[in-house]
Amino acid sequence: MSTFSESAATALQLIVSLDPVFLAIVGRSLAVSASACALACGAGLVLGAWLGVARFAGRELILTLLNTLLAIPSVVVGLMVYLLLSHSGPLGSLGWLFNFQAMVLAQAMLVLPVATALTRQAVEDAENNHGEQLRSLGAGTLMRSLLLTWDERYTLLTMLMASFGRAISEVGAVMIVGGNIDGFTRVMTTAIALETSKGDLPLALALGLILLGMVLLLNTLIALVRRWRERVEGGAAAAPASVGVLS
Amino acid sequence: MNTLIELQSAEVRFGRFQALAGVNLRIAAGESVALVGANGSGKSTLLRLLHGLIQPTAGQLQRDARATQAMLFQRPFMLRTTALNNVALGLWLRGARWADAKTQALAALARVELADKATRAARTLSGGQQQRLALARAWALQPDVLLLDEPTASLDPHAKREVEQLVAEFAAAQDERPVTVIFASHNLGQVKRLASRVIYLELGRVLADLPVKDFFDVERLRATSEAAHFFVKGETL
Repeated sequence: MSTFSESAATALQLIVSLDPVFLAIVGRSLAVSASACALACGAGLVLGAWLGVARFAGRELILTLLNTLLAIPSVVVGLMVYLLLSHSGPLGSLGWLFNFQAMVLAQAMLVLPVATALTRQAVEDAENNHGEQLRSLGAGTLMRSLLLTWDERYTLLTMLMASFGRAISEVGAVMIVGGNIDGFTRVMTTAIALETSKGDLPLALALGLILLGMVLLLNTLIALVRRWRERVEGGAAAAPASVGVLS
Repeated sequence: MNTLIELQSAEVRFGRFQALAGVNLRIAAGESVALVGANGSGKSTLLRLLHGLIQPTAGQLQRDARATQAMLFQRPFMLRTTALNNVALGLWLRGARWADAKTQALAALARVELADKATRAARTLSGGQQQRLALARAWALQPDVLLLDEPTASLDPHAKREVEQLVAEFAAAQDERPVTVIFASHNLGQVKRLASRVIYLELGRVLADLPVKDFFDVERLRATSEAAHFFVKGETL
């Protein structure tokens, strides 16, 4: 217990003193996850909105595949991206492996199914409830997917936050494709894993506290969005997704 | 009179469930037709079929291609934007420029006495106001045929009266064009007040199709359909 207290005190000191190594790791984590989220959520919104409204042969198969990808372990994504970017892989010539870009790509691939599935669910529910009325007004498939995506923007905002939570808290994929290189590809989760194995608990704990703080901040933002939405629109909002620390 | 919609032996199936069977119907311009029947009798399916939201699985549906339609639902869907934008959207989707659509939408809002709520978020309006808003959205489209699926079913008596009055005005005056109104209702008083013709449905079949006067004539209705007579008797007890 005393080790934990001492580690916690040192961790707080690291945070308060704005240790440059510590800040660099936090900054890199935010940059990687924000870039990955921007890419994955952009693509996920388009794909999910289309899947939510369009009806075509093979759609069920795509949805089953998508739901399966939701449960894909981050280390498997890391392995796939590693094979893709390794020297003998199809994208090896890009030279991204053990670089920032590789970590962004891995996290984007991890988040894409989450963003697509959550968008698809929100838009499809809206289509089932209101699509007929929009069709009655003259809206075709594309227009309905655009209008319903816009209409579900608050739900989708929570999807963005949930996606960011998924990205920033994963460790397996960035460890494999980034290599956890000090000062270069070391991010919060990989640093926590390394420092814990070395026995340097204060840094690991400080990073863990920051990570938890971020997840707490995201969940607070989600709750605030929900409350604001209820106040502005007068009706109860559907319970949005919450963010948790994932593997 | 000019026939706007015609159904010949129309059937609608949802998987194994037969929602409509052998429906023959001809609706002329200017008619006000009420669809009555118990829950699950096929009223809403028939409205959707007449509006073109679903297609018959057998038989034929013919609609006058020149006649424009608008439909009101029991619970109108409003986008998360202002009342004005919601009304303008319908016009914009049918090809109007956004600025023109907003001007026309404002005029339509004035007709349902919601001009002062134009900038309010549509979803913050009461149920009755939202139904009037939906009516304004339909009004703005200047349809030849207005279809209504139990438009007052979930409203309080006051809002019910307001909406009913607006529907009557809608049917009576659209720049001297005859407007055809087809509505589903459980409210026989409303049917008496608004309809010129009543169609009684049971298990997807039309069992009675009579002028409103004859529908509420006990002997005439009994002679046409014992089931329809039983339904009306039950509803008016």
